[in-house]
Amino acid sequence: MDAFEYVAPRTLDEAYAAMSNGKTTALLAGGTDVIVQLRENRRHADQVLDVKHIPELMALKITADGGLSIGAAVPCAVIYENAEIAAKFPAVIDSASLIGGIQIQGRASLGGNVCNASPAADSIPSLIAQDTRLVIGSKSGTRELPIEEFFAGPGKNNLQPGELLIQLKIPAPKPRSGAFFNRFIPRNEMDIAVVNAGARIQLADDGETIADAKVAIGAVAPTPLVVPAAAQALIGKPANEETFAAAGEASAAAATPIADMRGSVAQRKHLAKVLTVRALRGALERAKENS
Amino acid sequence: MTTVERPDYKIIGTSPIRPDGAEKVTGAARYAADFKPAGLLYGAILRSPHAHARVIKIDTSEAAKMPGVMAVATHTDLPAAADKVEAIGESAVNLKELSSNILAHDKVLYHGHAVAAVAARSHFEAEAAARAIKVEYELLPPVLDVRDAMREDAPLLDENRHTKVMGGQTSDKPSNIASHNRFEDGDVEKALAESDHVVDREYRTRMVHQGYIEPHSSTAMWNSDDTIQIYTSTQGAFGVRSLTSQVLAVPLSSIRVTPLEIGGGFGGKTVIYLDPVAAVLSRKTGKPVKISMNRTDVFEATGPTSGSYIHIKLGIKDGKIHAVDATMAYEAGAFPGSPVGAGAMTMLSPYDVPNFRLNAYDVVVNKPKVAAYRAPGAPAAAFAIEQAIDEACKALKLDVLNFRDSNSSREGVKMVNGVAHPRIGAEETVQAALASDHWKSPIEGPNRGRGVASGFWFNAGMQSSVIAGVNPDGTVNLIEGSTDIGGTRASLAMQLAETLQIPFEDVRPVVADTDSIPHNDVTGGSRVTFATGLATYEAGMNIRKQMAERAAKLWNCSEDDVDYIDGELHCKKDSTKTLTFKEMAAQQARTGGPITGSASLVARGAGGAFATHIVDVEVDPETGKVEILRYTAVQDVGTAIHRAYVEGQIQGGVVQGIGWALNEEYFYDEEGHLRNSSFLDYRMPTTLDVPYIETIVVEVPNPGHPYGVRGVGEVPIVPPLAAIANAIEDATGHRFTELPISPRRVVEELNQLS
Ligand SMILES: Cc1cc2nc3c(=O)[nH]c(=O)nc-3n(C[C@H](O)[C@H](O)[C@H](O)COP(=O)(O)OP(=O)(O)OC[C@H]3O[C@@H](n4cnc5c(N)ncnc54)[C@H](O)[C@@H]3O)c2cc1C
Repeated sequence: MDAFEYVAPRTLDEAYAAMSNGKTTALLAGGTDVIVQLRENRRHADQVLDVKHIPELMALKITADGGLSIGAAVPCAVIYENAEIAAKFPAVIDSASLIGGIQIQGRASLGGNVCNASPAADSIPSLIAQDTRLVIGSKSGTRELPIEEFFAGPGKNNLQPGELLIQLKIPAPKPRSGAFFNRFIPRNEMDIAVVNAGARIQLADDGETIADAKVAIGAVAPTPLVVPAAAQALIGKPANEETFAAAGEASAAAATPIADMRGSVAQRKHLAKVLTVRALRGALERAKENS
Repeated sequence: MTTVERPDYKIIGTSPIRPDGAEKVTGAARYAADFKPAGLLYGAILRSPHAHARVIKIDTSEAAKMPGVMAVATHTDLPAAADKVEAIGESAVNLKELSSNILAHDKVLYHGHAVAAVAARSHFEAEAAARAIKVEYELLPPVLDVRDAMREDAPLLDENRHTKVMGGQTSDKPSNIASHNRFEDGDVEKALAESDHVVDREYRTRMVHQGYIEPHSSTAMWNSDDTIQIYTSTQGAFGVRSLTSQVLAVPLSSIRVTPLEIGGGFGGKTVIYLDPVAAVLSRKTGKPVKISMNRTDVFEATGPTSGSYIHIKLGIKDGKIHAVDATMAYEAGAFPGSPVGAGAMTMLSPYDVPNFRLNAYDVVVNKPKVAAYRAPGAPAAAFAIEQAIDEACKALKLDVLNFRDSNSSREGVKMVNGVAHPRIGAEETVQAALASDHWKSPIEGPNRGRGVASGFWFNAGMQSSVIAGVNPDGTVNLIEGSTDIGGTRASLAMQLAETLQIPFEDVRPVVADTDSIPHNDVTGGSRVTFATGLATYEAGMNIRKQMAERAAKLWNCSEDDVDYIDGELHCKKDSTKTLTFKEMAAQQARTGGPITGSASLVARGAGGAFATHIVDVEVDPETGKVEILRYTAVQDVGTAIHRAYVEGQIQGGVVQGIGWALNEEYFYDEEGHLRNSSFLDYRMPTTLDVPYIETIVVEVPNPGHPYGVRGVGEVPIVPPLAAIANAIEDATGHRFTELPISPRRVVEELNQLS
């Protein structure tokens, strides 16, 4: 690790100013990715900019329209300890409560998880399935984009120089809808997903037909993956095992994993199917509770 | 369960709080990396990015100019070491090879092999400078798998290595097979031919690491009078002293090694890596130099245990093991010295086997040189034989535990090395397993299964010394040289308290440095509570004798008329004359001065340890994940000195075995790069991955120890690999003969994926 300066701006403007002072900057939210990367010389920075003192990035609220707005640096533990959020956005909690362990969750943020852009990140498929939008800021203002357009490759996001992530916005859950996230790890904690999957479904008035659906899978491609073919296999069909199995097959087909120390190609494609089906079962249960 | 009437012990068998507990719990205890003398410099090591390469040139000129850098060292700073073998506890090491493992000479032999070192004013400056050292390599093809390495046309790690065979001969052609040994008795061919059933299978295990929490760290001070002080994390301070003196070619007595608290070793801290390098950098700078490994260094460049290939033919006749024909090849890593011999010698020990032929090969590969790991060699051997037995029992519809009972080894049965077992508890552990609540409770439900396996470990004796000094207030300082890795301060203090019949809290154990106590062999081989315990007992008896002599003088009677009962001296002839231990202690000054008992010995008669384990698993066929539902470990411990620590040792061994069975493995890519050198990707079990491990402590006292002690620390890691594989077979109908039985392997097999 090389020596660096530490700066902790109090406002977005201070942050933008510090980000354009010509130094290589590493943003620090919970630090559970970036500190490890700096220490292991996988990344170098002249300055580390701590975003945890910027109010917008630490704000967490359910908005007037019933949506959820999560400041980019809010720690996972703060999210899952909020009972109202836990009740209304259980799929967010699925992710927030399994990233790392308790100590990590006291620091780790969803913004950091998203910006770190790991193909195996445990919040991303769940956030994609819930149609999350990202609010990105820079000196010249803010822009919004759907989360699935944010990723450029393993560890690479589409932020431009001078930009930072301010907020994640999740729309209000529709009636008769539910979302669910799950992952597979060889151990029961402290592990990186071999594959993960998030799903959201909305049931039609009849309570049986799937009116809308979205499936996203992780650790099976250079970036987390939306699986439109899985949604197609679901929409208009009855919410049952046969339908879910077809969606699972679509996930397996969409997966283009690598083989490494964490898993083989065949295993990952198979798990993409299994976890998609399990995510859909969980989503269905929640959709029924939400009717 | 006890097999003989247990003496009426006061302290033995209880579970007092460890003397070193408060310091460790509060964080006050000092570990090697905490040691910071004034003027300390920090060392860093440059390691090979290649698995196999010739070192053409090392250019340290840029590094030497980097900020903060005080010295640079390469192998040219180490004197040429003798080509001779030195014993270190349960294993042995060739000094020349040790020296080239510490800093590579003309070749690097594994990814992570140390090449050069730097000392700088800060750790980060040292790291940066190490990265600035330029090394020119000529790449050579790596050999990673034990069977590939044995092929005639395999690339050679050392062109001058020939296979040593029993009887002192060597092969004509150079080879990666460092040695080939054979254990044989009876007529195996005939016995297999006449067997009712023969299991013929191959088994494979992968290289695994002990996974101790504390990375290696050493600080050396080379003083201007050429004395050297070393503060380090080790299982054997005397081993560090002797190996370092030979690698540096300095007199043994010029080195003083202070062992600091140790955060785990399991055999991996019986060798040296950093100490001579820190010493050389200290000599060059005149300052103390500390080198600490990080987790990646520990995985890449310390000693894990061997990956193995074992081929077994097991013949059963009339419900008895009739013949075993086995070929066993173990990876030694970069230099010879795998525990294949111990694997062969332990494999059949739980049983009475009339005909056997075991061929054992020690094979070098481009991976780190292995070191001892808890019962070195035995778990892989048990993984093979205990599965073969399970398979045979299932084929012949025999109960797996009853079969083990009726084939059990016992006193008088010879091991494969020709040595007959003394009184052992092999049958007793199997019988206790048969009687256990676990065995008697049914296992029900889909995808669930139960497995059992047995195991054996020799345990070691070797050299120990202690000094016990009585304080005027009646407490006793117990000075020992066995580093305390598993609670031995407590287990030794308990034995002294029992011998002197004084309260446990009145014994103050201290682990001394190498200048302050005579020689002690390593803390390894489950030997300390046994061997240093024996020395402690003798020192205690020695104190009792001196006290009796002094009482006799005070009382004007003969020494034979003084009894030592319940920590009190009594005059047989005059019941009014008594002295408590404390009163006698207070009289030391006027009865002849301080009373000191000491003992130095080579302990013989380390009783072997046997274990039988039962495990229930549930397998998720969709993901391949195996959950351990229930685990019971039955073990003959001789006499449990500190009951809770005995149970802790058993539970710890089982947990390491669970990790080895299910997830742990050194994962190399084709070029020989270690790809999982972190606890994230080298998956040891967490607390959430293991159930409470139930223990059944069987006590068949070891006749070789006054309190019946047997080593307990190692054998619990022997049965789990096979027990779990057997349980998974029971649950799924699939037999997994290759470790780890990871979710990947299981899901691929159950779903026929690849
Ligand atoms: C022991 C351990 C276990 C872990 N387990 C898991 C797990 O189970 N699942 C999982 O998905 N991850 C896991 N992680 C990884 C990590 O904890 C998560 O990715 C976490 O969510 C990162 O959040 P953070 O706030 O700590 O990010 P940081 O480390 O602070 O930042 C992560 C990255 O995002 C950038 N960044 C941070 N904030 C912003 C911003 N506002 N705008 C732009 N860029 C920004 C940083 O510069 C950095 O590149 C684990 C890590 C550890 C150390």
